[in-house]
Formats: sequence, C-alpha cells, structure tokens
Amino acid sequence: MDPNAIDKAPDAAASWPDQIFDLLKKHEIRQVCLVPDAGHSRLIKRCLADNSITVTTLTTEEEGIALLQGAWLGGDKGVLLMQSSGVGNCINMLSLSHIHRCPMPMLVTMRGDFGEFNPAQVPMGNATQAVLEAMGTIVKRADTPEDIAPTVDATIRMAFNTFRPTATLIGQRVIGAKTFGKD
Amino acid sequence: MLAASGKLDRRELARALLADRGEMVCIAGLGAPAWDITAVGDHPLNLPLWGGMGGAAMIGLGLALAQPSRPVLVLTGDGEMLMGIGALATIAVKKPRNLSIVVQDNEHYGETGMQETATRHGVDLVAMARGAGFERTMFVTKPEEVPALKAALHAGEGPFFAVAKIDEASKKLVLPPRDGSIIQNRMREAILGPAAHHQL
Repeated sequence: MDPNAIDKAPDAAASWPDQIFDLLKKHEIRQVCLVPDAGHSRLIKRCLADNSITVTTLTTEEEGIALLQGAWLGGDKGVLLMQSSGVGNCINMLSLSHIHRCPMPMLVTMRGDFGEFNPAQVPMGNATQAVLEAMGTIVKRADTPEDIAPTVDATIRMAFNTFRPTATLIGQRVIGAKTFGKD
Repeated sequence: MLAASGKLDRRELARALLADRGEMVCIAGLGAPAWDITAVGDHPLNLPLWGGMGGAAMIGLGLALAQPSRPVLVLTGDGEMLMGIGALATIAVKKPRNLSIVVQDNEHYGETGMQETATRHGVDLVAMARGAGFERTMFVTKPEEVPALKAALHAGEGPFFAVAKIDEASKKLVLPPRDGSIIQNRMREAILGPAAHHQL
C-alpha cells in the first residue's frame, strides 16, 4: 500500500477480504456500489475482476442507497461498501428501505474508532453505529479477523430475508491505524 | 399541451411520455412528478416516490443495470435533480443504454411554497449532464418537440437526459398508494413474475 496514503489497507496475509468476496458470490450479489476505502481495496479489486458483478463507483454514498433500491426493483441483489464517514451521507436516503421494505446490506470499514491518527475521522467514526441504528438498521460489529466472515454472512442474510437495512462494521482494530513511525 | 403561460403543461407531458409505454418502467421523483404519473394512470411499472429526495436518478440506474433490455424512465423535478446532481457523473460513467432522465423544470420547489430553485437563476441542467458525459440530451420547450423526446426514451441509445421547461402551476393532487411496499412489490412482480416474492 502507498506509504504516502493516510488510510491503511489490510495486510496482504489477511484472508477476510477474500472471504467477503466468496460470500458475495455465495449470496449471488450482482451489484456492488461503493465510495472507495483502503480497508475494502482488495475486495473492490476482486469485484472489478468478476464479470457477473457490476461495480458502480459513486460520487457520494447516499447514491448507493438509491442504487440498491433500483437494483432490487429489477431483481438484482446489491451491497454497498463504504467507510464510516460515508455512513453520515446516507441517513435520509435510508428512508427508502423503510418506505418500500427494501433489503439494503452495508459493509462499513471503520475509521476513528481505535487508535485513529486523523482527528477528522473521529466524530463520524464514533457516531456511525448510533446513526445507523437511529435509522432502523440492524448493526453488528466485527472486531477480530475471525468475526468478519460470519458477521458479513449474517448481515447479508438478514437484509434479504427480512427486508431492511443491515450493516457490518469492520473495526479499525482489525485493519489498524497508521502511526507514521510512532510505533 | 401548452398552459396559458405558453409553457408545456406538466401533466399533459407526462401523459404523452407514458402513452403506449410498452415495457417501460417509470421512476417518478417525489412531489409533483409522482402525482403526475399517477394522475395519468397508475401502473405496476410506476414507482412514484414519497421520499428519498435526490435519489430518483440512481434508483433508475440500479434498475437499468438489473434489467438492461427494458427502457427505464426517471421523471423528476428540477429541485430533486439538483439535490442528487452528482448522480449525473455516476450514470454517465456506467453508460446504461436503456436509461433516460427527463426533468420537468418549473424552476420552483412546488411542494413547499414555490420557492425558486437554481434553474430559475440560470443553472443549466442540460449543460451539466453534457459536462458529465451524457452524449444524448434534449432541451424541450414546445409541444412539437415532444414526439422526438418520447422516441428517445425507447431508442436504447442512452444514457439520455432532457430538460422540459414546464408551466409552474400546481395541478390537482392525485396521490399514489401510500404503502411503499405495495408500490415496490407490484413492480417486482410485473418485472420478475410471481417468483419475485419467493426469491432468496
């Protein structure tokens, strides 16, 4: 990963990004939409390389909520990938899920919640779970690598089986925060 | 099709665009476009929005990508389009050939007291769409231009973007069903058949 980038990507040895990709395939996810995050960088590459998944890069995360609504109307299952700051951009648009009872699974990589370097990430990082739950989202955290795949599996299942917004928050403790030589 | 102001009548425009629609799906932005498509004939392939302001074009994109052989029309207002204007970039990059966006532009927020929108002050939505990368666009002010607008919705050469300048007057309120799950699921059944309700 670029040593000059401020966000940290998962270690090359970590298997959880590939486990998430396998779950997207198992659940026949056809549309993946995202505003990029370093924590999802390997997963995004895997999705872009897969011909049966349509990847849409958004200008803001709330577009992804609307896109999931459209995909479901047309019979496609979709997932929204974003970092915690992007959750704040989605809040009013999440009403679509309640209006229509539309499944909307979200996979969120956390910033600002464990050893963060960047002060700007902390306000939204600490509010992520509260604001999602305020909008009726079923939120589950994964703070160890082993927890990620089962939590993502549950998040996708609960969205499509029970018709609501659901989210997995992948803790910054898993990905790590940049220290800029202050180890 | 002209109102007393000499501008297009919004409801007659909606009626013309939805007549003989074939398999075309219509997403209508919240407020007057949703009332318009309902007034000219509620339909299982209509999704009149009650909320999600700024999201109509992106709902259209998700649907167009899922159903690439079916024409998808997003009919929305200038205020709704302005709120989600970044979607023009997102859509232009994906280039869905079956997606059309038609903005009924009355230069006002009609549901909240007719406050002026940015288009009242010269913001050019067609230029913004072209700048985003939409190669096919129209700017419609006259009834004789509507047949070409309607033909573009079915041409499969999108993404297509049009602004139709309309009379600002509000029309009789004709409300769609208020339970959004009915609106969503009747469309899913119309597109996917009864299997829509058994999908895992």
